[in-house]
Amino acid sequence: MNGLLQQDVNQETFTLNLGPQHPATHGVLRVKLEMDGEYIVEAEPVLGYIHRMHEKMGENRTWVKFLPNCGRMDYLSALSYNHGYVATVERAAGIEVPERAEYIRVITVELNRISSHLLWFGAFVLDLGGFTPLLYAFDDREQILDLLESVTGSRLTYCYFRFGGVYNDIDDSFIAGTREFIKRLRKRMPMYDALVTKNIILIKRLKDIGPISKDMARRYGATGPVARGSGINFDVRKHEPYSVYPEFDFDIPVYEEGDSMARYMVRMDEIEQSMRIIEQALAKLPEGEVKPKKAIKMVKPEKGDYYCAVEAARGSFGIRIVSDGTNTPYRMKLRSPTYSNLSLFGEAAKGMLLADALALMGSLDLVIPEIDR
Amino acid sequence: MLLAKIKEALSSLYDGIQETPETPETSEAEEATEEAVVPSEETAPAEEAQAEEAAAEAAPPPGPRETDYAAKGYHLDVDLPSEKVPEAAEILLRENFFIESIAGVDWIDDQQLEAVYDFNHFDELCRVVIRTRTDRNNPEIPTISHIYQGANWHERETHDFFGIKFIGHPNLEPLLLPEDADFHPLLKDFKA
Repeated sequence: MNGLLQQDVNQETFTLNLGPQHPATHGVLRVKLEMDGEYIVEAEPVLGYIHRMHEKMGENRTWVKFLPNCGRMDYLSALSYNHGYVATVERAAGIEVPERAEYIRVITVELNRISSHLLWFGAFVLDLGGFTPLLYAFDDREQILDLLESVTGSRLTYCYFRFGGVYNDIDDSFIAGTREFIKRLRKRMPMYDALVTKNIILIKRLKDIGPISKDMARRYGATGPVARGSGINFDVRKHEPYSVYPEFDFDIPVYEEGDSMARYMVRMDEIEQSMRIIEQALAKLPEGEVKPKKAIKMVKPEKGDYYCAVEAARGSFGIRIVSDGTNTPYRMKLRSPTYSNLSLFGEAAKGMLLADALALMGSLDLVIPEIDR
Repeated sequence: MLLAKIKEALSSLYDGIQETPETPETSEAEEATEEAVVPSEETAPAEEAQAEEAAAEAAPPPGPRETDYAAKGYHLDVDLPSEKVPEAAEILLRENFFIESIAGVDWIDDQQLEAVYDFNHFDELCRVVIRTRTDRNNPEIPTISHIYQGANWHERETHDFFGIKFIGHPNLEPLLLPEDADFHPLLKDFKA
């Protein structure tokens, strides 16, 4: 175990530091563990190692200049953050978005969601000791990064959405490439299923491990696959429809068990649902403009506060803005899903074996820059 | 359905609160309304409505206010004195709401700090905003972390950034800021 071991002979328990530099924490998260042998007595996540104060940055630049910040919080599903921010400002300032742009937003966001889930899948199985699936998952994810790079210009920290549209129209090669990719991934999913999901070692590591009850999810405000793995049918895309999501037919995977396996299954099923959304969006893609004729550089939302949430890959991402009627935000509060999802770790990990707690942590799908902001 | 129910439940919190003392402007507006109504029947209904609206704007009755969801992004706006916040949280938990976030706002011109609590519901779309203001020089709000455990981190974060003391919080140490941080970066007069 990579960590500092402190032991006091007069004590029954000892303190164990997990991280801040530890592969299982996927970044720089530190967890202070009070251990009784192999069992966790107390677990306290220590945050802030990669805190950059995005909320203050929001207050000292214009609405438009904050756009690139949105790609740098959750770097694995950056487009959802793009979407959340532009949707909030569009609501506040009453900006219309062309239909084609909304379709493109949905297509790229869902591609991004798949790539995020694929990376999580590989890294999660790696946490549990299986190395191979990571390489397969990265192979698939690479295709998505290439596709998104061709329209957004970047591979990870996207800044693609603009107020009133998107930066760039998609072309035929992107559409053909996306269709090709979906065909490919549909063929690969049964392989993942046989290789990993039905693997007895994986099942034994995840089944009935790290239960999170409905009540716990509610008290901590857990959302996304964590809530849906606990039998809560809550997805902002359906619950509070935004953009053009009501146009599409898709299901919300919900599992009642509340264990790590349920959270695993939710994400694997969501990959298929995202593919369904993309297919429908490509089929229905309307013609037209994708951005206003003159780029919107000056936004002055009316005085007041506004809230808007979107479903990011890890749960409900919300932005509360307070405008004083000028070109610069008065206050920008970023509600990141994993912050709430991780806050229940201390309670959920109590009494667990250390190795099981790492499986639980992996199933929460943590992205530290998003927690610390 | 849920909105009406929670609105009624939260209204009970205002029972003990006296109506805000009327400002001179308010009474003028009310007098104006009376004058407009009394003298003649010729007054157009629209004008009457306008006058009534003006009166309502000048002195909103205390209580939860329904907002325009499409424009604002939430359904119910509840302005409460700080000491009523835990009671409101208990009511919301009983109705199975969950907490999304707590946002601080520095109203430096009014010498006040505001805490805005966002609540949402898993089954039905109903966003409730609880907001409370406290003195900027001695910001204190009772904690709700014993009701909503998720509020624990949100309150610590708000303490980090604004210095609001959540009374009764079990561990108000810096969370996102360094452990020895004695500054509050989101205050408007913060200088790095």
